[in-house]
Amino acid sequence: MANHAVAVAAPVRPKVGREDWTMRGLILVIAAYLVVAIVLPLYAILSKSFENADGQFIGLANYAEYFATPALAYSIENSLTVTLISTVITVTLAFVYAYSLTRSCMPFKGLFKGLALIPILMPSLLPAIALVYMFGNQGFINELLFGESIYGPIGIVMGECFYVFPHALMILLIALSTSDARLYEAAQSLGAGRIRTFFTVTLPGVRYGLVSAFFVTFTLVITDFGVPKVIGGQYNVLATDVYKEVVGRQDFEMGAVVGMVLLIPAVLAFFADRIVTRKQVALLSARAVPYEPRPSGPFDTAMLGYCAVIGFILVFVLGVAAYASFVTFWPYNLELSLNNYQFDLMDGGGWASYGNSVEMAAWTAVVGTAVIFGGAYLVEKSKGFRAGRAAMQFLCMIPMAVPGLVLGLAYVFFFNAPGNPLGGLYHTMAILVICTVTHFYTVSHLTAVTALKQMDPEFEAVSASLKVPFYKTFWRVTVPVCTPAILDISMYLFVNAMTTVSAVVFLYSPDTALASVAVLNMDDAGDIAPAAAMGMMIVYTSAAVRVLHAVLTRGIARRSQAWRRR
Amino acid sequence: MSTPMPSDRESATAAAGSPYLQIRDLTKRFGDFTALKDISLDVYEGEFVVFVGPSGCGKTTLLRAVAGLDIQSAGRIEQAGRDVSALPPAERDFGIVFQSYALFPNLTVRDNVGYGLRSRKTSKAQLTARVDELLHLVGLPDQGGKYPAQLSGGQQQRVALARAIATSPGLLLLDEPLSALDAKVRVHLRHEVKALQHQLGITTIMVTHDQEEALTMADRIVVMNAGIIEQVGTPGDIYSKPASPFVADFIGTMNFLTGTVAGQRSVRVAELELAAESANGLRAGQEVTVCVRPEDVVVGDIGPETPNAFEATIEDMEFLGSFWRARLVPRSADGQPFLADMSANLARRLDAGPGSALRVALPPDRIRVF
Repeated sequence: MANHAVAVAAPVRPKVGREDWTMRGLILVIAAYLVVAIVLPLYAILSKSFENADGQFIGLANYAEYFATPALAYSIENSLTVTLISTVITVTLAFVYAYSLTRSCMPFKGLFKGLALIPILMPSLLPAIALVYMFGNQGFINELLFGESIYGPIGIVMGECFYVFPHALMILLIALSTSDARLYEAAQSLGAGRIRTFFTVTLPGVRYGLVSAFFVTFTLVITDFGVPKVIGGQYNVLATDVYKEVVGRQDFEMGAVVGMVLLIPAVLAFFADRIVTRKQVALLSARAVPYEPRPSGPFDTAMLGYCAVIGFILVFVLGVAAYASFVTFWPYNLELSLNNYQFDLMDGGGWASYGNSVEMAAWTAVVGTAVIFGGAYLVEKSKGFRAGRAAMQFLCMIPMAVPGLVLGLAYVFFFNAPGNPLGGLYHTMAILVICTVTHFYTVSHLTAVTALKQMDPEFEAVSASLKVPFYKTFWRVTVPVCTPAILDISMYLFVNAMTTVSAVVFLYSPDTALASVAVLNMDDAGDIAPAAAMGMMIVYTSAAVRVLHAVLTRGIARRSQAWRRR
Repeated sequence: MSTPMPSDRESATAAAGSPYLQIRDLTKRFGDFTALKDISLDVYEGEFVVFVGPSGCGKTTLLRAVAGLDIQSAGRIEQAGRDVSALPPAERDFGIVFQSYALFPNLTVRDNVGYGLRSRKTSKAQLTARVDELLHLVGLPDQGGKYPAQLSGGQQQRVALARAIATSPGLLLLDEPLSALDAKVRVHLRHEVKALQHQLGITTIMVTHDQEEALTMADRIVVMNAGIIEQVGTPGDIYSKPASPFVADFIGTMNFLTGTVAGQRSVRVAELELAAESANGLRAGQEVTVCVRPEDVVVGDIGPETPNAFEATIEDMEFLGSFWRARLVPRSADGQPFLADMSANLARRLDAGPGSALRVALPPDRIRVF
């Protein structure tokens, strides 16, 4: 062997096979899509904020003007105030709710888990409308406010707490359910009581979950537009300012500036959340034993009582919205009728807008799932091409940090710019689908990546050795194994496409008016009852899709019982 | 199907002409870390070669380089006369079984085994016949309709093996194929895999960290350590003539005694002068490590003519089921303790126990000097 060692071996340049070229090409296609759908529009809005109405670069002049206008700069303070209050309340309420569901032996856990998802089914405009019916000038329980007005910070906080509750709850449920029973046994054997155990074991164990819930809630609230639009009254916040500057005053440059200001807290919260999420993963070792709560009469009863109160509020808000949609003429004629559902008699887009919404949601679900799952597969399973894959991973994370309003406005600037070859997309159904897919890209991408990571990393190696092309293995193995995740992604995209307002509010045309936008416009025009009715149409549809999803998932679970472990 | 005798193994190596797989000056770097340093190795047609070594020694890296899954930084691999150095896995000719088996969970055993056959131009009847044949070959003729999750670990392993050989590849790669199994099943499957390989005559490379697996299955063993090959040889050679202290220590159990070369074919350990054939050619006075395996130490029945005999005291005894392993200290001054094995029967006959004195001998031809 020694005689071979004399020559210095030449470095090997691995040959890139036809399959690798195909995968790299596809990665580039999806990366190009993301560049067009998120990077270039963001650049467009950023540069717009440095221009005057004639398109000349004027440096920070717009920003100077913004901060010199008290009415606008106040909004920052207002936004931070209502957001912080809403976030603290929501995270606290959701924590106790999640604690009840994971650490007590109370009955009806499944029911309460389901009830907590109610807000996800509606556009954020709808709970605000329900609050108007309850606490507005003609509200049936407005005495409870002791003369305070619901139009303003009180209403915003109440509406936001309702709207973001499920998001905070889901993060906390995961954090609380991944706990190590051995720590509790150790605490108990060392004589720690229930309260001491809570502060020394439970809280430290979920601290990352709490922080993550805090940041996610914070971002959702500060970027939400529906609640303050309906119930904010004269109390201006950043999200409504963007809308007013652009739609009301047609001051696109100032709209861009407010959008950039709104982007800052969202981006900061995004990075903070990424950091804690990464730490959370390392916390739980593979050998941890899941915690099983033990029955305890008084504690379980108290937790059940708490969940019953929260659950009742959630159902009550939905019930008010549903009831309001059927009442003929509030508060003078309480007879139930379908009058409010005759959308074609009102401005706002009519039944066609509902049809558009369903069409848009269906396209988003189908196209989005294909693009996002395919993209995640390529990033996870292709070989070599490190720079390309890293860039792609980064691109996939950007949408999470961009509020819908900013995204929608960025699309206006980018696609509507004179000379853009893609300008033909403006005011079409396609741009609504592209915008919505992009808006909800990151969460779907992460769901797909999680599912793909759970698959044996050697499947691709085995099929290569058997000379089976990667796309055949993708169809025969990857897609069937990942079907539950694929269904989750498409349902998530569909429901969000139905309920979203913020991004699409700048992008619809008379021909592509959407149901959620119709809710907004009818409410704006004072047609609150029809707005509630249209909101309920969204709820019915989202709920139906969720039921369909549950049925499909169960059917697939039964059919694949033979090969899925547990 | 019987396990081939050692004589078969040697002939397999000797009879082959030019190597089927030639690895030349292979180097693999991961950033600053060099996982493989200038590896050269020949594998002959029909041979069963086992890469063995501690974890992190580079054995799996070498296997993955042969497969094209992690292509080497430098160096050349030729398979059946074709330079495959830079080719992706899909353009090479091999079948592979992973430690996890990587069976497709949503496909039945039949579909898994036939996975690589379907895409080729085979008729349905041919495919069915071939899958039946393969299932028969691995002893699972009635399990075709089941899903992998419904099989035991050993059965899954056989399905993975059947799938890997279905397309009749020129080279079979086994990456720790038995490590995930229970001890009993593992021992049983060793023989089956070896017998199947012999029956098919397929050139096979297996990676394992288990030296016993290597000794029982291999035609030739490649002992690796820290990115280099320490020794290549038949199991018998590796065991009885280890080329380095590392090999001596890694394969089997070995006593290491420090000493000096005393003269032609003799070494001195403390006050004992021992005849040792392998000391031949070393300079007198040179410091050396003197190695002898516990089972090569002769205990009892030692006549006056027996070379290298001396008195020792038993310090401690450990019962290992079929035999005893005793820790002995020579009677002479600064005697270094060493291990010696004796059968349960012999231990009883000699009435051996802690504190008792024995006469032992180290056969000159069993002593290795480094």
